[in-house]
Amino acid sequence: MVKQGEEVRVVSGTAVVVRGNEIDTDRIIPARYLKVVTFDGLGEFAFRDVRFAQDGSELDHPFNRPEHQGASVLIVNKNFGCGSSREHAPQALLRWGIHAIVGESFAEIFAGNCNALGVPAVRVSESDVERLMSIVESDPSMTVAVDVERREVRAGDLRVSASIADEIRESLVTGVWDSTAALLANRERIAETASNLPYMSGFCA
Amino acid sequence: MSKNLLNKVWDLHTVDQLSTGQDQLFIGLHLIHEVTSPQAFQMLEERGLQVLYPERTLATVDHIVPTADQSRPFDDPLAEEMMRALEENTRKHGITFYHLGTEHQGIVHIVGPELGATQPGMTIACGDSHTSTHGAFGSIAFGIGTSQIRDVLATQCMAVTRPKVRRVQVDGPLGPGVYAKDIILRIIADLGVKGGIGYAYEFGGSTIDALSMEGRMTICNMSIEGGARVGYVNPDATTYDYIRGREYAPKDAAFDRAVEYWRSIASASDAEYDDRYDLDATTLEPMVTWGINPGQAIGVSQTMPRLDSLPDSLRGVAKSAYEHMGFAEAAPIEGTPIDVAFIGSCTNARLSDLREAARVVVGRSVASGVRAFVVPGSKQVARQAEAEGLPQVFERAGFQWRGAGCSMCLAMNPDKLNGREICASSSNRNFIGRQGSPTGRTLLMSPAMVAAAALNGRVTDVRSITPASAA
Ligand code: SF4
Repeated sequence: MVKQGEEVRVVSGTAVVVRGNEIDTDRIIPARYLKVVTFDGLGEFAFRDVRFAQDGSELDHPFNRPEHQGASVLIVNKNFGCGSSREHAPQALLRWGIHAIVGESFAEIFAGNCNALGVPAVRVSESDVERLMSIVESDPSMTVAVDVERREVRAGDLRVSASIADEIRESLVTGVWDSTAALLANRERIAETASNLPYMSGFCA
Repeated sequence: MSKNLLNKVWDLHTVDQLSTGQDQLFIGLHLIHEVTSPQAFQMLEERGLQVLYPERTLATVDHIVPTADQSRPFDDPLAEEMMRALEENTRKHGITFYHLGTEHQGIVHIVGPELGATQPGMTIACGDSHTSTHGAFGSIAFGIGTSQIRDVLATQCMAVTRPKVRRVQVDGPLGPGVYAKDIILRIIADLGVKGGIGYAYEFGGSTIDALSMEGRMTICNMSIEGGARVGYVNPDATTYDYIRGREYAPKDAAFDRAVEYWRSIASASDAEYDDRYDLDATTLEPMVTWGINPGQAIGVSQTMPRLDSLPDSLRGVAKSAYEHMGFAEAAPIEGTPIDVAFIGSCTNARLSDLREAARVVVGRSVASGVRAFVVPGSKQVARQAEAEGLPQVFERAGFQWRGAGCSMCLAMNPDKLNGREICASSSNRNFIGRQGSPTGRTLLMSPAMVAAAALNGRVTDVRSITPASAA
C-alpha cells in the first residue's frame, strides 16, 4: 500500500480487465462484507459474488485467473463504482493489489475515495479503453503504466492520453492526497469560518 | 445574474483553497453511523488526533440493526461488534448517540431532519451516499467515504471541488397515485444514472414547491442515483414550518433570525445555472424499474424497451439487466409477479409514505405467497404511525410491522431476499445483489405502488385500486 505522504507519479505493473458499464460498489463488495470495524482483510471479498457461486465454488472471473494474480492496474468501462459511498470498495480493490484504475468514467464519490487512498482513477476514451483491454486480454504479462504526472497510460507500443482533474493530479504527484494534514494546518481559518456562520452560535449573536 | 444557493452556501463555508486547487469546505453538521465510521476513528487514533467539533457530530445506528428482535446482544456477533465500536467511539469522543434505547434512533437521513438538526444554509456530511436527502432543506449535503469521515472528524472540513449546478425545473400538478418517487425516477430515467456527475441538482418549480418536506426528501435522496452527489431544494415556508419546534431548532427570537439567514441563502429568481432540465409533471404516471440500475425505469403502463431501440451507450447494461431479471424485451411491466413487498428505507419510510400505503391496503389482504414488510424509517415515524393506528391496518392485511432500520434496503441485517425472489421495493437501489441475494431481483416504485403489488401479488397500477373510504 502507498504510504501517507508518498508521491504517486506513475503506477505500473500487470493489469486486469473487468468489462461492463455501471459496475456498482455493491458488486465490488457486497454489503454483507461491510460488517467489519477495520478494512484489513477486505481484499478477498473484492467482487465476491461474481467470483464465487453461492456454494463457494469458483466462477470464471478475471480476479480469479492465475495470469492476473499480482496485477496492480484495473481497467474498466463506464461509471465504475456507482452507488453506495462505501470506501470498502476501493479499499477491497487496493488490498487485493490494485494501485491504479483506468476507465471510461467513474462515479464521483468512488473517484474521491480512490484519491483519498492514493489510488489514481484516470479516464481514457472509449476506444482507448477497448485498445488497452484487448492488449491486456491477449497478453496478461504486459506491463501497463499509469502516468499521472504526464496524463497518459502506456502499454507496450501503445500510449494513450488520460484525463484526471487538475486538483486530483496535483494531490497525487505532490503526495498530499491524504488531506488531513493540509486541512488541519488551517486551524485558525477553520475557527474564523465557523464563527462567521450564524448557526454555529445558535443564531444568538 | 445572481448567485444560486449552492454558490452562496459554498462561499460562506470555504475556509481556504488548498495547494491542490480543491476547496477546504467547513462542514456544519456531521452525521455518523456504525458501518462507515469505525475505520475512521481507528485512523484518528493511529494519528493521535481528536474530534475537533464533537458537538457538531451526531450518531445513530441503522444499517445493521435487526428489525424483528432488537434485543442485545444481537444474534449476529459481527453486528454486535460494530454496535459496540460505535458506542465506544461516541462515548470516548463525547458525541451524542441516538442508540436503540433512545426515542430518536432510526435511519440517519430520517433522524437528522426529524431532530431539526438538518437546517437550510448548512453544509452536511455523512458516510453514506444518500446524505443528499438533507438537501431538501436547502443545505449542501454530501455522501463521503471513510477517509473523508476521518478528515471531517479531525478538522470539521473536507477537501472538495465545487460542483456545477443544474436547475431541474418541475412544473404542474401531480395526478392521483403519482408521488415524489415517480418524479425522481422519471428524472433519472431521462438524464441517466451518470447524467449528474459533476453537478449538484437544484430541484424547483411549482410541483416541487407544492411538495411536503417528506416528498422533497424523497427526491433529493435519489439525486445520487442520477450521479449528482448533491441535490437540494430552496428553503421556503414549508421548510421553516417543518423545522419549527424540533429539538435542535432555534427557539423564539433566534428562530426569526434563523429564518432571515435561511431566506438569504436561497437562490435568487434570476440566479445563474450551468445547465437546466424541464419536466412537465402532468405527464407522469407511477414509475417502476425493470432493470439493474435506477435509471432503467418506465411508467407502469409502458412496456420494457427493445434492445435495438436503445442508444449504444445503454444497450450493454440493458442486456445484462434482461439476463439478470429474466424479463423479455417489449413485455409489459404491469402484471409482473412478485414474491416480496418492502415498504421502507430512507427514500420512503416516513409518515406520509406509510399513510399513502395504508390507504391502499386498508380492508384488503396481501396476496397469498407474498412476504410483505413495513419498516418505519425511525422510532419517531413508528410512534406517529402507531398513534394513527397504521400498524393494525398493515398487520390485518398480512404485512409484518417491524422496528426502525435500513432493513431490506441492503443486506447488512437479517432481512434479505432468498434466491431469485422478486421484490417490489420502496427503496432506492435495484443493483444486482443489493437486497442480499446475488440472484435476487428488485423493482423500485413508490410505497403506494408496493402496497398495490403486495395485494395483487403482481405489479399493479395503484390508480386501478379504488381507495377505501375510511383509512
Ligand atoms: S435505508 Fe438504504 S439507502 Fe438509506 S441509509 Fe439505509 S441502507 Fe442506505
